[in-house]
Amino acid sequence: MDRRSFLIAGTGLAAAGLSAPALSQGADARTLRFVPQANLANFDPIWGTQYVVRNAAAMVWDTLYGVDAQLQPQRQMVESEEVSSDGLTWTFRLRSGLKFHDGAPVLAKDAVASLKRWAVRDPMGQMILAIQNELAAVDDRTFRWSLKAPYPKMLLALGKNNSPCSFIMPERIARTDPFQQITEYVGSGPFRFVRNEWVPGAKAVFEKFADYQPRSEPASWLAGGKRAMVERVEWVVMPDPATAAAALQNGEVDWWENPISDLMPLLRRNRNIQADVADPLGNIGTFRMNHLHAPFNDVRARKAVLMAIDQADVMRALAGDDESMWKRLPSFFTPGTPIYSEEGGDLLKGPRNYDAAKRLLAESGYKGEPVVMLVAQDQPITKAQGDVTAEAMRKIGMNVDYVATDWGTVGSRRAMKNPPSQGGWNIFFSWHAGADCINPAAYTAIRANGDGAWFGWPKSDEVEAKRDAWFAATTVEQEKAAMAALNKAAMDHVIFAPTGFFSFYTAWRRNVSGIVKGPLPFFWGVSKS
Amino acid sequence: MFAYAIRRIVATIPVMAVVALFVFSLLYISPGDPAAVIAGDQATPQDVERIRASLGLDRPYLVRFGEWVWNIVRGDLGTSIFTNLPVSTMIAQRIEPTLSLMVITLFLAIGIAVPMGVVAAWKQGTWIDRAVMGFAVLGFSVPVFVVGYLLAYVFALELDWLPVQGYTPFSRGMWPWFQNLILPAVALGGVYIALIARITRATMLEVLQQDYIRTARAKGVGQSGILFLHALKNAAVPIVTVVGIGVALLIGGAVVTESVFAIPGLGRLTVDAILRRDYPVIQGVILLFSFVYVLVNLLIDLLYTLFDPRIRY
Repeated sequence: MDRRSFLIAGTGLAAAGLSAPALSQGADARTLRFVPQANLANFDPIWGTQYVVRNAAAMVWDTLYGVDAQLQPQRQMVESEEVSSDGLTWTFRLRSGLKFHDGAPVLAKDAVASLKRWAVRDPMGQMILAIQNELAAVDDRTFRWSLKAPYPKMLLALGKNNSPCSFIMPERIARTDPFQQITEYVGSGPFRFVRNEWVPGAKAVFEKFADYQPRSEPASWLAGGKRAMVERVEWVVMPDPATAAAALQNGEVDWWENPISDLMPLLRRNRNIQADVADPLGNIGTFRMNHLHAPFNDVRARKAVLMAIDQADVMRALAGDDESMWKRLPSFFTPGTPIYSEEGGDLLKGPRNYDAAKRLLAESGYKGEPVVMLVAQDQPITKAQGDVTAEAMRKIGMNVDYVATDWGTVGSRRAMKNPPSQGGWNIFFSWHAGADCINPAAYTAIRANGDGAWFGWPKSDEVEAKRDAWFAATTVEQEKAAMAALNKAAMDHVIFAPTGFFSFYTAWRRNVSGIVKGPLPFFWGVSKS
Repeated sequence: MFAYAIRRIVATIPVMAVVALFVFSLLYISPGDPAAVIAGDQATPQDVERIRASLGLDRPYLVRFGEWVWNIVRGDLGTSIFTNLPVSTMIAQRIEPTLSLMVITLFLAIGIAVPMGVVAAWKQGTWIDRAVMGFAVLGFSVPVFVVGYLLAYVFALELDWLPVQGYTPFSRGMWPWFQNLILPAVALGGVYIALIARITRATMLEVLQQDYIRTARAKGVGQSGILFLHALKNAAVPIVTVVGIGVALLIGGAVVTESVFAIPGLGRLTVDAILRRDYPVIQGVILLFSFVYVLVNLLIDLLYTLFDPRIRY
């Protein structure tokens, strides 16, 4: 071939290639490609309790009970349960035909080992452990949990969707120390984890488990018949939101869990894409003040800050101008849920009164000491909250030492109890999934038990007593009364500061159906045409 | 030269030791706690403390450093704190995309930049020269991620010619592999092309003033022969030097490019590991990058002798 012929042939080939209508690979109908909220960096839902791990684990491991869309725990792997008249003995019977992904039957001893591991790490599990007599298998399908005192919230504990969930694993895996990571991923749920295709930080693959026995009831969140409608689910990790948006528009992925609000106008213009609120239970923005050190060891200083914060300003910075995606929150709990209360939340309502806040701050003895504020810049949620809160605190005369850092640093520094001048802190920002804040059950942040409490270490016997009252409640009316009293006590002591309620979007291609709004992405019932 | 190469390879050992000490110490004193990340936001301080202890992060500096070095000497880079996978496995999973991206970018850049620089020098002062230099300024000025987004918008979203993101292994076919790398390589190559084109032009201008070029012209050697056989070979040493230095640019640029195009390479692995404080992975990847960089520089030194026989080791 001479030079001219080579060039002509090469150009022809290139032109043929370039004129092809679509060289990008389309996803086939049996594979659902999903962009998760974060990287699946580990896969032990008891050892690592990040939401992304919980979400993946819910595909792979089933639970004894599951909370439905009405927030009620329903039987899942359990066929029946019986509680003794004194409330001290719970006897559970498993459904027949349940199998692990290695083909072995799910037995009572597996459930017992799984619950023992879970209970060490879960706040509700720890409460049960504290009153436990014995947890043991009775036969292959029956196990018994005997207690020293009644625990009315047992079914909620076993079915809640808050991390860590009580996922059922084979006994040999569940015997792993809860503070060590498991090394085998044999599940009991509707999807099988394909370990050899797992590239942490890039991809995780799940395949339909053909021998899974779904319940006959329709699926509702973590309850009911979990029927896998696609053969394969691929999680494609995309750190860059613009790339994820482009991939969704181009049909390279089918479902993006949490698109950022800035990109929603772009996605809405695409007729192949549908978007909606991801989770009706939303999220609660928060900041925590350190109760161990001045100025926030005085409740008046904490109240002054609460009086200075305009939640609408925080929410606009965090979630944008679309007011359907956020609301003010004069409460610690998730709005719109059955036992929600705003009792005691008056400080967060109405126009801000900076003069009154200044007076209260002066009464607390604050004399302009630096207030060390940790603000993670790599988390848009914390950054927005930090920026607005710092401004509000400056308005009432506080000397804010704004420490711009990353989430990893906040994670370690917030655990330090030293004075702020010696590496400690005064304020840091966070947020909680609304699903965790429906009631005090899994709400670690609402605790006020001093050293044992969440970062900031608030101490209030009154708050703890009100929380105990909710756990003891046996009727909805009692629960409502306990929640109102708890919210008021927690507001009076300013355990921490809620900055508002906000929602995330979720977006998917129109050829995908069956996506349900909820606190986590549910893959059962989702199909693709 | 063989003896020189062996000496240089042996000399990498103290260099790597210094890098290892520096990386380990830097990570040790830097803030952040992987245990807190693992435990999740709802964990109590007691949970975090127990996880830290189970990971051995509460042990003294010297104990941890000694253990790490001993493992490296035995060829064990350690195990990721998060994934529980060996660091060597994680690197093996990620090295092909990064290597592919860097090699294609390198070929693309050299293939475009060297002729551009040569032509610009040949046509010095003309509109061609100004256009090449204008392109070089653009290449330096526009960040990789901006070029990346623009390319993805035009060639993936608008024209639908190429995929927006991802990576297909070479084992699944050359074209699927290549099509995923075209846009990232062009985006990453911009700054590299600019750098090489500028140095090529500058060096060529100097060489083209030399007496032997005038002699070649007087002897009737054609323009392409003068440019590519006589001048370029003599201008090659500085160009090769810049190509070698530019490998560091490529490594840095790969981090951004891999994020923009969602390529599961070493760059993203590094960023993820840093954000999570996955110390064994950070240490392993930085050691690898340092080793590659040292080797590339050795290769460049050896290439000098090829282009300029006066250089001897």
